[in-house]
Amino acid sequence: MSDAEKAFGKRGNRDASVVNPRPAGTVDGSRRSGPVGPGREGDPFLIGEGMSGGYGRGPDILHDCTIAVEKGQIAVIVGPNGAGKSTAMKAIFGMLDLRKGSVRLDGRDITALNPQDRVKAGMGFVPQVNNIFPSMSCEENLEMGAFIRKDDIADTMAQVYDLFPILKEKRRQAAGELSGGQRQQLAVGRALMTRPSLLMLDEPTAGVSPIVMDELFDRIIAIARGGLPILMVEQNAKQAMAIADKAYVLVQGANAHTGSGKELMNNDEVRRTFLGG
Amino acid sequence: MDILNALVAFLNFVFIPAAAYGAQLALGALGVTLIYGILRFSNFAHGDTMAFGTAVTILVTWALQAAGISLGPLPTALLALPLGIAGTAALVLLTDRAVYRFYRVQKAAPIILVMASVGVMFLMNGLTRLLIGVDEQRFADGARFVINVRDFREMTGLQEGLALKTTQALTVIVAVIVVWALFWFLNRTKSGKAMRAYSDNEDLALLSGIDPEKVVRLTWIIAAGLATIAGVLYGLDKAFKPFNYFQILLPIFAAAIVGGLGNPLGAIAGGFVVAFSEVAITYPWLKVAGYLFPGWEPGGLLQLLGTEYKFAVSFVILIVVLLFKPTGLFRGKSV
Amino acid sequence: MSSNRQAATTNPWRAPILFAILAALFVMEGTMRNAMFSGSWNTALGILNMGLISAITALGVNMQWGYAGLFNVGVVGFLALGGVAPVLIATQPVEGAWNAGGPRVLIALAVGLGTLALAVQAWKRLRAGRGLAVLVILIAGFVIYRWLFDPAVSAIEANNPARHGNIGGLGLPILLSWAVGGAFAAAAAWAVGKVALGLRSDYLAIATLGIGEIIVAVLKNEDWLARGVKNVTSIPRPVPYEIELQGNPEFVSFAQRWGFGAAEASGIWVKLCYMSLFLVVLLAIILLAELALKSPWGRMMRAIRDNETAAEAMGKDVTARHLQVFILGSAVIGIAGAMMITQDGLMAPVGYNPLRYTFLIWVMVIVGGSGNNWGAVLGAVLIWFLWIKAEVWGPALIGVLTAPLPEGGLKDHLLDSAAHMRFIAMGLVLLLVLRFAPRGLVPEK
Ligand SMILES: Nc1ncnc2c1ncn2[C@@H]1O[C@H](COP(=O)(O)OP(=O)(O)O)[C@@H](O)[C@H]1O
Ligand SMILES: [Mg+2]
Repeated sequence: MSDAEKAFGKRGNRDASVVNPRPAGTVDGSRRSGPVGPGREGDPFLIGEGMSGGYGRGPDILHDCTIAVEKGQIAVIVGPNGAGKSTAMKAIFGMLDLRKGSVRLDGRDITALNPQDRVKAGMGFVPQVNNIFPSMSCEENLEMGAFIRKDDIADTMAQVYDLFPILKEKRRQAAGELSGGQRQQLAVGRALMTRPSLLMLDEPTAGVSPIVMDELFDRIIAIARGGLPILMVEQNAKQAMAIADKAYVLVQGANAHTGSGKELMNNDEVRRTFLGG
Repeated sequence: MDILNALVAFLNFVFIPAAAYGAQLALGALGVTLIYGILRFSNFAHGDTMAFGTAVTILVTWALQAAGISLGPLPTALLALPLGIAGTAALVLLTDRAVYRFYRVQKAAPIILVMASVGVMFLMNGLTRLLIGVDEQRFADGARFVINVRDFREMTGLQEGLALKTTQALTVIVAVIVVWALFWFLNRTKSGKAMRAYSDNEDLALLSGIDPEKVVRLTWIIAAGLATIAGVLYGLDKAFKPFNYFQILLPIFAAAIVGGLGNPLGAIAGGFVVAFSEVAITYPWLKVAGYLFPGWEPGGLLQLLGTEYKFAVSFVILIVVLLFKPTGLFRGKSV
Repeated sequence: MSSNRQAATTNPWRAPILFAILAALFVMEGTMRNAMFSGSWNTALGILNMGLISAITALGVNMQWGYAGLFNVGVVGFLALGGVAPVLIATQPVEGAWNAGGPRVLIALAVGLGTLALAVQAWKRLRAGRGLAVLVILIAGFVIYRWLFDPAVSAIEANNPARHGNIGGLGLPILLSWAVGGAFAAAAAWAVGKVALGLRSDYLAIATLGIGEIIVAVLKNEDWLARGVKNVTSIPRPVPYEIELQGNPEFVSFAQRWGFGAAEASGIWVKLCYMSLFLVVLLAIILLAELALKSPWGRMMRAIRDNETAAEAMGKDVTARHLQVFILGSAVIGIAGAMMITQDGLMAPVGYNPLRYTFLIWVMVIVGGSGNNWGAVLGAVLIWFLWIKAEVWGPALIGVLTAPLPEGGLKDHLLDSAAHMRFIAMGLVLLLVLRFAPRGLVPEK
């Protein structure tokens, strides 16, 4: 919180004739990127290593947390609510100042890059909430996904429409009018539009019906089979572990268990605490 | 009943002036609404931005006139306009860099930006006074009328005359072009869509690789352009007096809110709603009524309110619309 | 991530020191004659008195902003409305005006208000066809209102238009009109607040901006009320006149003992009288405001301000509380407006400029420290002092700055427009305070 904010408190924030009630962004968009460093020998495709940090001046949420994804694999992060899963994703995406640790992608150290430049470096991110542009049409949402591309995006858009046919049907409709499942599909589609070399999904199945959830899982697996590495946070731990090549259990911002999906599913403690027996 | 003459009187005294005024308000309101949508606050300095832009344009106009350059029947100010816009955009970008950016980086609550805009309003007011003083300036040159009353009477043989001032025609034409260009920009170009995306969801815009600072700069430049054009058209049509530009803030805000703050289409609709109600309610309808109902001699002028109270009209329209549609005619808060 | 954190705990001596500096400025203004100061006690006290009135206005704004976070940008309107009270209450009755149309104007106004009330009731009570009913009520009411109002106004305005043409006052004591001024402003605030705060989200800023303009327009154009732009002069005073004092041998000898000429001393004496009156009002308002803030009512106000949602969940009627504070604050502004007209002895509506009477007050509140009453007072007097002195210092500064420039158009232009520097100065002060000391000179506890 800034000084001015402390001085003014909540004053004046009800008056819609002077202040726009739309929530502000949470990321400082004016931050410049620092230099890109060399990666390390034997790194996975993406690794956020030993990350510690929190929001603004607040306490650390992440404590020496490490998350990695190998090429062509699916990694999932599970854990209780408030464990810091979303925070870890944001940290990897540069939306949060890390106090310690580094993020390396494809042989480069990108810790100092701002989120915009991480998009350019090939990362695609679907946040947990507010992951579409509600007043823009589906097609425009996808176009915005491809904002950094200078080439023809028609092919990619056709691929996304193939993957999520409902989006093609609704392409002229405002995204805010879509159902929950359709929104999530659009959000994933938007992230795919940059043709990223890594896709990060934060709870893509949150708030959708079981049928739609299965469908979404199928699509995500299909995307991964296409060779795109995926890092995903998932509430439905069982289903997530079943498809995970690598799984991380986060508790209070720290790695509690790490292993392949199968290993963790067979781990008694993990089963008891997170998979409901 | 003399419908033709009544219609001509209506066109001459109500429709044409209101259309021109509405176009000016719409352009002003568009600037306010864009800033509200993108930067999330109501810019109290907008009226003074209009005044500053007009002052610069007038100075350039004088220089052009002194150099013997003119546009024939069109006002020379039209030639000076690009320079006026450039000067205003430069000043506005400077204020963004020096004032607003600091709070944006901090993600400060928008009310702080409102306060800062009051400071900028004082600054710009002072600058305009330094530039051109506080007196009324008339800077319209070229042909005064497209159609004047006598020609119209001779042409049509009607008793009632109709005048169309060059500045009125120009206002409407320029406004139509500018609005068309703005909508084309917002809906068809990548940068325009990026602006809408940013106003929808700042974080996601960032995650799509949109540079927020570029969006903000673009917004300021467009707002400065709209403000200068609105201000120059208003000044050509009436006269330039810095204080009037401060007062026009109320109908402009009213137009933006009536239309739905943050919604450009709404700003335009709001501008015309406010302008037409203002003119219609403060116009003495006696003449029109005289043609329509010959023989009826009402006691008064059939004027609902004196022209001095035109601000009251914007206010009442605003309240009535908000009572029935709390987010404005067009749902607000989305550029 | 700000780099300029103001200390969370402020020095308890901060406010006294700042007030002492302010006092020193006024003493210098009164005693030192140089390029910066006038050396005239009359000037110094004149600035101080207007500063005190501004301080009361700022207190009103600070109640609304500091206690409830309401953004009032129609200060000028409430100030002007308060200023009507001395004209209507304290000036002498105008012969023939009341008989010309007084009762009829009152009835017309009652009909106007009644129509609105009826329309509101109709809208609330009726089900089918209520839109039509309300429309009919409004149109009929408006026609009756105009039928009653217009002839009455013409008659009043035709009554000795060169000297009067207005309805005239009641000839009551001028000090009474201060309270009435507060009541006028409170009534207007109730109407505005009822509508603007009752909407789904507040639209108070734009509503107050509008009502401010409308009130000033009414004052400028309704000649029957306060002679419009023809101004009302000879508003009675609560203090002696200079001429009387100068004719009073006791006073003259008293002045000589202090080494002042009679003319100068009479001016100073009158201003000191005003100052005392203003100080009494100011201190009374601060005392009441502080007591209110410490009462259960004040605690509730702060609870609402700090967490509206929680307060609402606990069943507090946030809108009603906000309306209360808005009315109270506006009443204080109205009192200040009446005081201002009393001091000037003149009602001149063209002077009501929103930049000066709305936004400058906001600069005072922010500079003083939002939410702190003493801060508002300090900010008001200081900013008013700067505002006045900038008119002197601006040209002096420009003179120094342009000294190296060659004679000619540019230099002349800059020197001519140096008086406008005060606007730039105020903008800079506000921006700098917002940036580097957003909590103001005397931060809220
Ligand atoms: N924007 C934020 N600012 C401050 N704290 C936050 C913010 N977002 C989340 N937190 C806090 O960080 C912790 C972890 O939250 P999050 O990463 O969202 O958990 P998860 O995604 O695992 O449910 C929680 O205690 C939450 O309160
Ligand atoms: Mg989460």
